[in-house]
Amino acid sequence: MSFASKNLATRQAEVRYLEGGSGEPLVYLHGAGGMTAEDPILAALAERWHVYAPFLPGYGETEECGSLRDMLDFALHTADVVEGLGLKDPVLVGHSMGGMIAAEMAALAPNDVSRLALIAPAGLWLDDHPIPDMFSLMPYEMPGYLFHDPEAGAKLMTASLTLDDPEFLKTYLIRNARQMGMAGKILFPIPERGLAQRLYRIKARTVILWGESDRLIPPVYGPAFAAGIAGARLVTIPEAGHMVIAEKPAEVAAAVASLHQALTLLPLDGEGGSRSETDGVVRRAPPVPR
Amino acid sequence: MKFTWFNLMPWPYLPDDFREKNRSVWVDIDQNLFDPAKSHQVYNTYMDLLEYADTLGFDGVGVNEHHQNGYGIMPSPNLIAAGLARRTKNAAIVVLGNSIALYNPPVRVAEEFAMLDCISGGRLVAGFPVGTSMDTNYCYGQIPALTREKYAEAHDLIIKAWTTREPFAFNGRYNKLRHVNIWPRPIQQPHPPVHIPGGGSVETYDFCIDNTYSYSYLSFTGYIRAKALLQGYWDRVAERNAPDASPYRAGFAQTICVAETDEEAERLYSQHLNYFYNRCLHVYPGFADAPGYRTIKTIQTGALSQYAPPKGFGELTWKDLTEGGHVIAGSPETVRQRMEELIKGLNVGHIFCLMHVGDMPADKCMYSSRLFAEKVMPKLRGLLPATEGDERFWCHPLETRATPGSLPAEYARKAEHV
Repeated sequence: MSFASKNLATRQAEVRYLEGGSGEPLVYLHGAGGMTAEDPILAALAERWHVYAPFLPGYGETEECGSLRDMLDFALHTADVVEGLGLKDPVLVGHSMGGMIAAEMAALAPNDVSRLALIAPAGLWLDDHPIPDMFSLMPYEMPGYLFHDPEAGAKLMTASLTLDDPEFLKTYLIRNARQMGMAGKILFPIPERGLAQRLYRIKARTVILWGESDRLIPPVYGPAFAAGIAGARLVTIPEAGHMVIAEKPAEVAAAVASLHQALTLLPLDGEGGSRSETDGVVRRAPPVPR
Repeated sequence: MKFTWFNLMPWPYLPDDFREKNRSVWVDIDQNLFDPAKSHQVYNTYMDLLEYADTLGFDGVGVNEHHQNGYGIMPSPNLIAAGLARRTKNAAIVVLGNSIALYNPPVRVAEEFAMLDCISGGRLVAGFPVGTSMDTNYCYGQIPALTREKYAEAHDLIIKAWTTREPFAFNGRYNKLRHVNIWPRPIQQPHPPVHIPGGGSVETYDFCIDNTYSYSYLSFTGYIRAKALLQGYWDRVAERNAPDASPYRAGFAQTICVAETDEEAERLYSQHLNYFYNRCLHVYPGFADAPGYRTIKTIQTGALSQYAPPKGFGELTWKDLTEGGHVIAGSPETVRQRMEELIKGLNVGHIFCLMHVGDMPADKCMYSSRLFAEKVMPKLRGLLPATEGDERFWCHPLETRATPGSLPAEYARKAEHV
């Protein structure tokens, strides 16, 4: 599956996006680490959907955007991108920071988002389970937080990376400053911007996915999200860390696909848990009283 | 030339194995290493030393702001400066400075600096640093990519508060204020001179040039390594067609230790330099530069050495430190020669003399400071004759100033016996 790189302009910024696959439209929002056209999650999703994956300004070799400053700016900008793509109510999928943005979009405009998949989303904060300060991590410390198998993860991250080469270092620093500088506006110093008090607004059929060995945003955040979104289902994927999208892309895609069968898998009068077509455990969150 | 006696206020009791046992002297330094009871003596000695510097004829006494930092126990420099405003007579009170993006609202800085200027009789030199990433982002939680915008707004608000003679509304992005009307306001008009500590950001060069502020480079690595950075500044001054390249447009911090002879200097000061350079500067590199804190333009033009992977704990020796120029140390003549190289090489009119180093005890610090003041400083004063009288970047105190502690004696005596 090959993805085409295209551009569109919103009021705020020039936006680059990747497009590929066929089927129902699906918008995928990447995490703070960024995205490339070769990411396995895109290929996995493209097997079933027509995938649109916009880069946040500052990512994908685009300029950062000074007029996007806070959570509302980010969520509305991304809604503008969906609008700019000519899509109406696509399946909305977001990983980590992208999940935080997707959840905000679904909470802001609950009638515009009917299917939502949040993959290890940021956006909540539990005092008893602090999320590590990813901004102060050195590159060599990252794999341990991001991957189920840090050694294999490190190889993914550091392929052809030579931190001593000044030219490489400069390129790396500029990319990192652009990307994480933008991400920091909603994630620094604590990746929480009040989403908890807006989650109840989400009407979308929602699936929440978590890698069982996520050490960046620990899996305990899964039930916290599920508890806030009425009818949300939680899928836990074994042998996967925060980068579950790289470690288990097929399982992630299958769990997203379950959104289409959710009504049959999970009768709304509820019988507690169920198993999805993946090997992951599926639990149904208790509905939140309104 | 303007010489400011500076004390970073390092905590002098970091253990020998500090680097091995701790990841950082800054941000997440071990609480157990601070002893409040011991700090009572430390603070008072440090303030005594600043006051002593005034009696030696230094042009200024300098303080700065750091947070959660083992080599700078001065989160509020204004508190120290308030003490100095009372207990010093002639020296400028150089507060270098207040990290204005951290004050909410920044009107607080306009007010406190105004108070310092009033109490000291117009001796304030005001510094407005953006603040290091450690202080601003990691300790005080400012969003890196928004820090500069917030800083710029804080600056505009402070200057406007200082110079506007009627209440005004300020509708900023970060500050919404209906009634800005600071009371008191500074003695110095239109406002106290402003120095901007910077670390090589092009934006900061331009900011200084555009506003006629003095750019100060506060490094610990000495004048030899500073050459490229300050040359970048002077190149920018030329590029931007600034009306002049007065050396008072720039300042530089330099560690200085003076003894009667070079040998004596090594014997007296080596251990304290070792403490500072090999222990106090142990900062976890992940705190050095939050992504978004520096602009892309600065990274593209800037030095990258600080991002090289760590190479273990090197020990900088006396020889490394003095020959590398981190430190200017030795006999008065040795120090004079090297200071002359510094002043001419960097073209700087303001020297922030780091005369207290690491865990240096008071007596050695006084000895070194006195020798510098008496045997070095006078010989450096005439080095920049062409710009003699350029007072744009220095304070203008009142001619006649109050004498602290001069209540009517009669009543004071009565009170004692009541």
